Amino acid sequence: MSVTHLCDLTGTELAAKLRAGEVTSAEITASCLARIDTVEDRVRAYLTRTEDVARARAADVDARLANGEDLPSVAGIPLALKDVLTTRGIRTTCGSRILESYVPPYDSTAWARLSADGAVLLGKTNCDEFAMGSSNENSAFGPVHNPWDLDTVPGGSSGGSAAAVAVGEAIWALGTDTGGSVRQPASLCGVVGLKPTYGLVSRYGLIAFASSLDTVGTFTRSVRDAAVLLSSIAGKDPMDATSLDGPKRNYTEGIEQGVAGLRIGIVREAFGEGVQPGVKASVQAAIDRLASMGAQVGEVSLPHTDYALSAYYLIAPSEASSNLARYDGVRYGLRVEGGDSVEMMRKTRGSGFGPEVKRRIMLGTYALSAGYYEAYYGQAQKVRTLIIRDYEAAFESYDVLVSPTSPTTAFRIGERADDPLAMYLSDVFTIPANLSGVPAISIPSGLDDAGLPVGLQVTAPVLAEPTLFRVAHALEGELGFDALPPLVAAL
Amino acid sequence: MAEEFETVIGLECHVELSTETKMFCGCRNEFGAPPNTNVCPVCLGHPGSLPVPNEKAIEYIVRIGLALDCSIAPHSLFHRKNYFYPDMPKNFQISQYDLPVCVAGHLDVEVDGGTRRIGITRVHMEEDTGKTTHGSASGRIHEADHALVDYNRAGVPLVEVVSEPDMRSPEGARAYLTELRATLEALGVSDVRMEEGSLRCDANISTRRKSSSDLGVKVEIKNLNSIRSLERALKYEEERQRAALRNAEPLVQETRHFDEDRGTTQTLRSKEEAFDYRYFPEPDLPPLEPDPKWVERIRVSLPELPAARRARLTRDFDLKLAQALLVGESKASADFFEETVGLSAAPVAVAHWMTQDLAGLLNKAKIELDASKITPQHVADLVHLVEDGTISNAGAKQALEDAFESGDPVEDIVERRGLRQVTDTSALQAWVDEAIAENPVPVEQFRGGKEAILGFLVGQVMKKSGGSANPKVVSDLVRERLSGT
Repeated sequence: MSVTHLCDLTGTELAAKLRAGEVTSAEITASCLARIDTVEDRVRAYLTRTEDVARARAADVDARLANGEDLPSVAGIPLALKDVLTTRGIRTTCGSRILESYVPPYDSTAWARLSADGAVLLGKTNCDEFAMGSSNENSAFGPVHNPWDLDTVPGGSSGGSAAAVAVGEAIWALGTDTGGSVRQPASLCGVVGLKPTYGLVSRYGLIAFASSLDTVGTFTRSVRDAAVLLSSIAGKDPMDATSLDGPKRNYTEGIEQGVAGLRIGIVREAFGEGVQPGVKASVQAAIDRLASMGAQVGEVSLPHTDYALSAYYLIAPSEASSNLARYDGVRYGLRVEGGDSVEMMRKTRGSGFGPEVKRRIMLGTYALSAGYYEAYYGQAQKVRTLIIRDYEAAFESYDVLVSPTSPTTAFRIGERADDPLAMYLSDVFTIPANLSGVPAISIPSGLDDAGLPVGLQVTAPVLAEPTLFRVAHALEGELGFDALPPLVAAL
Repeated sequence: MAEEFETVIGLECHVELSTETKMFCGCRNEFGAPPNTNVCPVCLGHPGSLPVPNEKAIEYIVRIGLALDCSIAPHSLFHRKNYFYPDMPKNFQISQYDLPVCVAGHLDVEVDGGTRRIGITRVHMEEDTGKTTHGSASGRIHEADHALVDYNRAGVPLVEVVSEPDMRSPEGARAYLTELRATLEALGVSDVRMEEGSLRCDANISTRRKSSSDLGVKVEIKNLNSIRSLERALKYEEERQRAALRNAEPLVQETRHFDEDRGTTQTLRSKEEAFDYRYFPEPDLPPLEPDPKWVERIRVSLPELPAARRARLTRDFDLKLAQALLVGESKASADFFEETVGLSAAPVAVAHWMTQDLAGLLNKAKIELDASKITPQHVADLVHLVEDGTISNAGAKQALEDAFESGDPVEDIVERRGLRQVTDTSALQAWVDEAIAENPVPVEQFRGGKEAILGFLVGQVMKKSGGSANPKVVSDLVRERLSGT
């Protein structure tokens, strides 16, 4: 029988133990660091590890708790950050050679708020280069391995954060979700992945991929933990003109209300061809439980789901082609010298960017170019409006929507690497939420016959996170998913 | 031979706003600071940085739009203008495209003795770039082996004012730029110093046959560092284009560089294909939707603009248009005028002194009115002393020049230099009698009806007095003497 290690508990459990004096932050941190030492050579979740910073913060939190100070819930709990979120004085690479040695002069707002609340930073996690990918195979520094089966992908682009939380290398983590990059890896790694409403969490310091879609999200082991993290990072930021007004709130309030009387819409288009039988079965079984829990379950259509993928793969690369123009070797990052500034820029970008990044920059440049703007980017934005309307119509009849998070479980490393279009299909159920800005969460619904995790996605209207958490928490309790990756179970 | 050609000119002006901080970040907006000292992650385009609009800059552009009689758009958008250049940190410029803040205004300009209405197509908001210094002797790019970039200017708020092609001559273009500059100065939104780059101007000029309603081939002229350069460049280019048309030589749509030293324009070395900027709406900034009540508050708080000031000066002080134009050219000048008149000096006389002798002295010394030692009191005193005959006009001019150098009060200068006119008739009588005695022929001519010869005789008396005689009194005495016996 294996011992329950501290690094495998939830943040909520650990926060209680801290305040009860049963453990110290130093002990929790040491447990995570030991786990990293044990499994990291096989999982490869981290790009930069910050042990000294972590230990120093843990000691500081312990001292303050000993002093009787009342600290926020996230204090003293070890956390990982996807390497697209800036950390002052700590290397931030975006999984790219072009920023391999880049050290930001400022903190991202999301990290600054967690840090101010006492979070312990373990390090920066691996990801697809500039958040472009669905498998973490596009990192310039090697892929991440899914802890449930090391020959498979953890999903992407936030593969490192997902794997770290799944395997005890962090209690919880931040990632970013532009087309599903938090929810899909959460689904493939058997953890909870939250994408909040666009604008609820500041993007200041979130190194931009697609500005109108990028969202800071959370990886946790429970829905309650997601609500705790969100409470720390959410709220208006004067440094982000797209961040939403509204009072700070505690998102754990009301989380126990259950689903009785709520109307739950099952997305018809999410159960068609292309969805693995094992995924369908697991999610369907979970949906059946919802009905028995007192929810009204019905079917709903999001008719423009078919067009969402194409719209996304025009809008996101277009914005990316502009956002990534700044990487030119002039002010920071990689510089490869040339005869003049044009040659220098060409050589720097040519050697600094990986193939998927280049592919999307070219696609985006083309879609925005004179003569094509209306047909591509312009048209995609119109489709976006239709998708927003799909959700608005659906939410008139239902309080939340449910679907599988990903059409498949974790696929083998290398399996889709040469087929970008097949790779893009991973995000078919997650992309619509980014296009419309609504919040969505993925929770594990079970394991398939191969022992790989399946994720179920709950989607709510804009700023309806309380409803989202309420449904997800109730279902999580009902399903009782408590499996650990074999790698961990063996310890 | 009447010229069969018509010149068509439009101007695009960039105005750096004098806000405390930059357009999208909190860095100081300050000219002349040591390189790269007013910078931050946002204006350096660091990864993860985001723009946040400067409210004061928005207020300023609305002010400009209202002063130019534009409509203020209820909904306008920022757009990204994408191109690569080392002095542009993000390699895109946040600007505006098809939904600018202000549209469809006009500026009335005094040209060729009449008023011409120049249309304003649009006024939009954007951010300035950094400044590049090329490492070569000439400072020109094609001989350099390195470049230094200063990002202090990157992100400074920039307003672009685009005129309709309504100007018909280089003089008209000069008048438009002068009036625009005076208007912006009156609004207090910019330093508008062309030599510092806070006002920049590019010109578009084409030539067509008068019988045609199509526009001719458009040439853009850059590197205009002063209002004078603008006029010189346009004069050269106008003639170049007309000569080409007369000789049936082709004209190319291009950008030309104005050479200050030679006074000519040359084709810029870079290729001038229409560049594709791939404009798309800036996703990091919400649309601009100014509250109509806020816009109205700005409108009612607009200061007196040059055109209104000129009208008021002409009406209240009975000035001629040419005088009102010069006196009303700047707030400093108009205030000086009104203060001087407030010291009970006759307006027309004050205007005369300001636009003639004082203007001449300022031009020669190359300084502005408020940098000189001349005060309203000086001018008022001069006007009074000439009026009451204490000094002559010539004496007053001397006194002004002296005051310009010394700053001393007029009274002191008059004493110091002995400028007081002699008006005592008994003193003058002797000289008058001498002059008459010495010039019998002119005296005969005058008695014979030749009025004008009086001036000569007065002149003779002035000479004898060493210039100190009051010419009016002398004139009366001579006339009296000669009409007697």
